[in-house]
Amino acid sequence: MGLRKILDDIEPHFHKGGKFEKWFVLFEVFDTLLYSPADVTRTTAHVRDGIDLKRMMITVWFCAFPAMFYGMWNAGFQANSVIAEANIVLANDWHYLIISALAGNDPNSLWDCFVYGATFFLPVYITTFVVGIFWEILFAMKRGHEVNEGFFVTSILFALICPPDIPLWQVALGISFGVVVGKEVFGGTGKNFLNPALTGRAFLFFAYPASISGEAVWTAVDGYTGATALSIAASEGMVALQSQVSWMQAFLGNIPGSVGETSTLAILLGGAVLLWTRIASWRIMAGVMIGMIGLSLLLNNVGSDNPMFNMPWTWHFVLGGFAFGLVFMATDPVSAAMTNTGKWWFGGLIGVMVILIRVVNPAFPEGMMLAILFANLFAPLIDHFVVQANIKRRIARG
Amino acid sequence: MEAYLSLFVRAVFIENMALAFFLGMCTFLAISKKVDAAIGLGIAVIVVLGITVPVNNLIYTYLLQEGALSWLSPEFATLDLSFLGLLSYIGVIAAIVQIMEMFLDKYMPVLYNALGVFLPLITVNCAIMGASLFMVERDYDLGESLVYGVGSGVGWALAIAALAGIREKLKYSDVPEGLQGLGITFITVGLMSLGFMSFGGIDI
Repeated sequence: MGLRKILDDIEPHFHKGGKFEKWFVLFEVFDTLLYSPADVTRTTAHVRDGIDLKRMMITVWFCAFPAMFYGMWNAGFQANSVIAEANIVLANDWHYLIISALAGNDPNSLWDCFVYGATFFLPVYITTFVVGIFWEILFAMKRGHEVNEGFFVTSILFALICPPDIPLWQVALGISFGVVVGKEVFGGTGKNFLNPALTGRAFLFFAYPASISGEAVWTAVDGYTGATALSIAASEGMVALQSQVSWMQAFLGNIPGSVGETSTLAILLGGAVLLWTRIASWRIMAGVMIGMIGLSLLLNNVGSDNPMFNMPWTWHFVLGGFAFGLVFMATDPVSAAMTNTGKWWFGGLIGVMVILIRVVNPAFPEGMMLAILFANLFAPLIDHFVVQANIKRRIARG
Repeated sequence: MEAYLSLFVRAVFIENMALAFFLGMCTFLAISKKVDAAIGLGIAVIVVLGITVPVNNLIYTYLLQEGALSWLSPEFATLDLSFLGLLSYIGVIAAIVQIMEMFLDKYMPVLYNALGVFLPLITVNCAIMGASLFMVERDYDLGESLVYGVGSGVGWALAIAALAGIREKLKYSDVPEGLQGLGITFITVGLMSLGFMSFGGIDI
């Protein structure tokens, strides 16, 4: 254990009075990322369990990996298909230099697509991570806290809900807003009331609508426009959508969209692990599903000349960010409702809102992000009522 | 019926008094520390709005509007008293609030004490005045102004209840010193209105 010994040797320098006292936070991040912390509870009556916040967050991080790897391949596949079809000559920028050095542009080659996607996704992720961790460490040093692994989750979720073609300075701006205003001003992980990744994404969405919505951003090829499946359905109807995309294709994720959100299968894979380890709440997920299925069945029966009224729930489930939000965003333990009854209501509210926004609001074809933010606002109120009802019941019982 | 329903939904969510127009901010920020008091104030605002907007609508239609007084005598057909609008609306609002204050003092002393000085201040709550002015500007008839008054009150009450819930939760937060109190509340309200933007653009 050479590294452990080095870390132990330099540790005293970072303690109070040491040479690098100010940089203790940095040291601590690096140390506890690699090894479990040495502190243990020594007083009485304490549950000892390996699953602390650190382990929890890292599990969520790993659970996002299937969606991420699939997303990178898919982003490349979508772009390469367009290039092969339309014979586009790539712009001579640094993306192109890396891609042509490592791979070609064959849509049938797994490697080519993966490299293409990675060339676009990795810079986004690295920017998110570096800018975000800078704010985290700054606040932690100022407050004398430790940096929390929650940021691993925020960073990967934020990067995965960006379109592949997004400018990097916007990524930096978005994650800064999410981390600082969405989380750190309230005191850091566990003390915020909105999901920081979604806050940053929503900020970008309203500040720079041109580079995060519309038709030009979903395929990482300059000058190519292609609509997402949801906006095809909203503008041309279900028949037009089904002629272009099959349900299975949407379920597997072979459609344009934000990097991580396209493949429902890959997301559910991560979701299964989260449910099995009980990190994500099954009550919230079930609530979201009930709300979504209930309202979309109702709207199917009502019918209207708005084509979105006729979209069956199976399609709502596989299109857009629904699955990603369901598994990774709605179940964020900090911003969701805390009580068990409250979780059902919270989930139901998300499910209802997402269908409402998708179907009724012509301004936004996708509604998962805004639905979750909206439900986050009401989560504390829901909890309040659940707790009050409990108190009342217990008093009545005597 | 459908028109009333969509007007109600619009007043509650899309054109939320607090989070889309930022009206009634003083009481919105001051009485949102406790959920119970916030809900009490919310109900008071619903009642006041539900009464004042239709009453002001009647006053506008039968007294102030151009030619409104022609029912008295045909020579008033060109008389336009709408410059007295602000004055009469605020008078009606003040009277209604006064009556409600006496009512609460008598029957709900707990709520009366919790609301304190902010109850008479509802008189000058911009959300209340704003609803009456919107009513005039948009030419609502009596039924519509009743629905609009109640709807905008419900929207405001919903917003203040949610804010109070969040602020109760934020009691456990570690807010930087300079932002404590109103500062963090302003940021919270800003983030809330980001969440309410999900309704922006709905056209019903």
